[in-house]
Amino acid sequence: MSPASTDPQALSWYEASARQRVAALADPGSFREFLGPTERVTSPHLPLFDLPRAFDDGIVVGRATLDGKPVLVAAQEGRFMGGAFGEVHGAKLIGLLRAALDVRPAAVLILFDTGGVRLQEANAGETAIAEAMRAIADLRAAGVPVIGLIGGRAGAYGGGGLIAGTCSRLAVSEGGRISVSGPEVIETNKGAEEFDSRDRALVWRTMGGKHRRLIGGADAFADDTVAAFRAAALDLIARAPAFDLATLEAEQARLEARIARFGDCRDATEIWARLGVNDPEAVPAMTTAAFDETAARVEEAHHDAR
Amino acid sequence: MESLTFRHTTRKPLPGAVQSAITGVVASGNLEVLLERVLPPDACEVSIETPVTGYAAVWEAVVADFVARAQPGGLRISINDGGARPDTVSLRLLQGARLMEA
Amino acid sequence: MTDWRSEARLRDERLAAGRAHAAGKVVPAGAAIDLLEAILRPGDRVCLEGDNQKQADCLARALAACDPARVHDLHMVQSGIVLPEHLDVFETGVARRLDYSYSGPQGGRIAKMLYGGQIQLGAVHTYLELFARYFVDLTPNVALIAGVSADRDGNLYTGPNTEDTPTVVEATAFKNGVVVAQVNQIVDTVPRVDIPGDRVDFVVEADRPFYVEPLFTRDPAAMTETQVLMAMMAIKGIYAEYGIARLNHGIGFGTAAIELLLPTYGERLGLKGKIATHWALNPHPTLIPAIESGWVKQVHCFGSEVGMDRYIRARPDVFFTGADGSLRSNRAFCQTAGLYACDLFIGSTLQIDLMGHSSTVTRDRVAGFGGAPNMGSDPHGRRHPSDTWMKAGREAQTVGDPLLMRGRKLVVQLVETFGDKLVPTFVERLDAMELAKKTGLELAPVMVYGDDVTHIVTEEGIANLLLCRDADEREQAIRGVAGYTEIGRGRDRAKVEELRSRGIVRRPEDLGIEPLDADRALLAAKSIKDLVHWSGGLYDPPAKFRNW
Repeated sequence: MSPASTDPQALSWYEASARQRVAALADPGSFREFLGPTERVTSPHLPLFDLPRAFDDGIVVGRATLDGKPVLVAAQEGRFMGGAFGEVHGAKLIGLLRAALDVRPAAVLILFDTGGVRLQEANAGETAIAEAMRAIADLRAAGVPVIGLIGGRAGAYGGGGLIAGTCSRLAVSEGGRISVSGPEVIETNKGAEEFDSRDRALVWRTMGGKHRRLIGGADAFADDTVAAFRAAALDLIARAPAFDLATLEAEQARLEARIARFGDCRDATEIWARLGVNDPEAVPAMTTAAFDETAARVEEAHHDAR
Repeated sequence: MESLTFRHTTRKPLPGAVQSAITGVVASGNLEVLLERVLPPDACEVSIETPVTGYAAVWEAVVADFVARAQPGGLRISINDGGARPDTVSLRLLQGARLMEA
Repeated sequence: MTDWRSEARLRDERLAAGRAHAAGKVVPAGAAIDLLEAILRPGDRVCLEGDNQKQADCLARALAACDPARVHDLHMVQSGIVLPEHLDVFETGVARRLDYSYSGPQGGRIAKMLYGGQIQLGAVHTYLELFARYFVDLTPNVALIAGVSADRDGNLYTGPNTEDTPTVVEATAFKNGVVVAQVNQIVDTVPRVDIPGDRVDFVVEADRPFYVEPLFTRDPAAMTETQVLMAMMAIKGIYAEYGIARLNHGIGFGTAAIELLLPTYGERLGLKGKIATHWALNPHPTLIPAIESGWVKQVHCFGSEVGMDRYIRARPDVFFTGADGSLRSNRAFCQTAGLYACDLFIGSTLQIDLMGHSSTVTRDRVAGFGGAPNMGSDPHGRRHPSDTWMKAGREAQTVGDPLLMRGRKLVVQLVETFGDKLVPTFVERLDAMELAKKTGLELAPVMVYGDDVTHIVTEEGIANLLLCRDADEREQAIRGVAGYTEIGRGRDRAKVEELRSRGIVRRPEDLGIEPLDADRALLAAKSIKDLVHWSGGLYDPPAKFRNW
């Protein structure tokens, strides 16, 4: 065990703010922000609810270089309103994605950290989700890879989970979660017997980074450091899949096969066992190295269609 | 929401040439502090938006102590508060001043 | 002729009545109510084991279900009022009088019932006081205790949470009382004998394992920069200066931050081996990095902690363990150790007044004391010196023959100036005084009295109360670290600066600490997962603390 370190390369992704993530992920000093905090483009809705605003509405967007190559970056701040999409927040992401169609960067990176749509600006938020998905489809069709990085405390939930599903590739850490309905929502609607949201081990088994990686819902598993996410992003940009009819049909077929193969499982450990993991109970406690070895042996984890 | 503004005269300008900086996050018990070097070198203005009402006297004391200590001449400081405690506010203000001095 | 054996005869009657529901000593869970109705007599003193952690919950449910026509007016003498059933018995009339020590989760309800007259309160005690009274004037007639397993002869294995059990059994079994134990399972041979079978009269096989709450797990992910700053000040300004080797920590996030700063900040200050080596402490998961880094020589525990069993088994040089390998805890002995053998107690509180009195009471809750008043007090019966104790004594007392001087235990309050929801920690008058009036308590429930407190650490600085020479200095020293609370803003600034020049009030910069360096990166573990890694996978945290 290494002692505490203030080395930016070892900076915990989970702990870092959106701004810290972007600054440490990009080549040093290369990040240029669009609509930064001094421009004060803030939510017009939150004051009506007596809620505080953030100068960047909870998302940092801009351009940078990654290993010398130009990229566009969006990073959500999961601690401001759970990273949720509001009107301005969504518009900043969509604007960035549409700009990418013009400037054709080497990739667009989305650093997800969101619970979904902001209740107070739900219509604008939901619209933003749909528009973001369309913009990503256009970008991928134009050959620009869109890479999602997921390892913040809010995960990628709600509309954020949907957008993540449209990305070319996803990297996730152990603490990262990807899903649509959150644990509390499921418990509220289906009861604690169906899903106990306070059983955090269950939550992570079902929605967490390791599970998503094993079933192929994410394409890379990263340590919880900015350096590891940077390495994963570089790797994933280099092997983004084609975005064509064949890929989409393969994806549909794969989803159908997945429900047929695992639909009766009561717990993620049963799925892992069917995937051929020798000791499913040991997965949550595995180190990254041991887990990478395990994932390497699971065929489902390696697939261009998610 | 309560809006507060405090204006101070400083003995000297804050050293450094950074034009703007931001620190902290608007979250429960936390705040964000945006600092901009846009005022005359002997002036400092701190404006606050907070959902917690009735603490004007505490804000006034925290800001006065910060100004006396950091001498942040030239800065306009804007705070979005998420219900932070005074010690957190002091810490963020000092963190912000350090970023501007870099 | 004087009857010298009336208690023993009564005991025989109780046993005979109880045996109707038992096979040997073993009683099925379904017969627990019948057993209790058979052995209990109206007005009995009963200890229903409710410890800080372990709960005899199956027997508590059975007692609450007893027929009040048969079992009534009991006098409950137990350290913890923790489960709802512990108070239900007062609503049904099964119990009437209460002497206890700690009532954390039931603090609100107990206050209401005291106010409504449903409970006749003897006193609220510290653990050691209540244990002491078990042997003087509150000896139980019947003890209802909890263990992990028992054999058919009643030999009892308590598991790592031995806690109060030996004390309760000692007082009951050797004074003509009846001891009933609930266990998770009956086995042929217990892993180790914590209570010999001849002290246990009946064994109830519980319907489910007894409940234990993870009270001492603090998630490093929730620690703030302010807590890191205060931990740095405590380590540099108190631990290093007094050379504190033998100590006890409270359960707050502030002290947990100190534990996590030992292998990083403490190491950097060159303090390893010089401070924090011998502990009276529950097995805090946040102590794992310090243990793994070789800071900790040994730890004696009041109780255990959920998820720490495998780790403790693998570190017998550090912890007290039985022949079976598992932890042996003992609240009475560990409280005594904390009182007499530790040179420092440091803990948090909710309110501190201008004299330094502190209380964890809020207006509508009687939370009780637990062990903090014993840990957080200067034991006048102490006679062995240590460098730490003597240095503190010299600071407190500057005149007189050194040979007649006594040392001082360091009692440190580690508090943030504002608590949750911007509630100030420093107040003119403790809520405890209001509560005492309302509920008719003769003593206000003060956790640590002002004359026992030696230092107050806040994010603003350290106040050394040992060096204060009069009440006014003391008040200004307290105001001088009270931050932006009304108490703090009401300080005499010139006086506080004078105290600062004498080292009575010390700011972070006076200690060579830059507040902006107080970064979470200094924490040896930033998450529960980090603690698992430090433990080599031996620590198995409860599900609610996991995010993997």
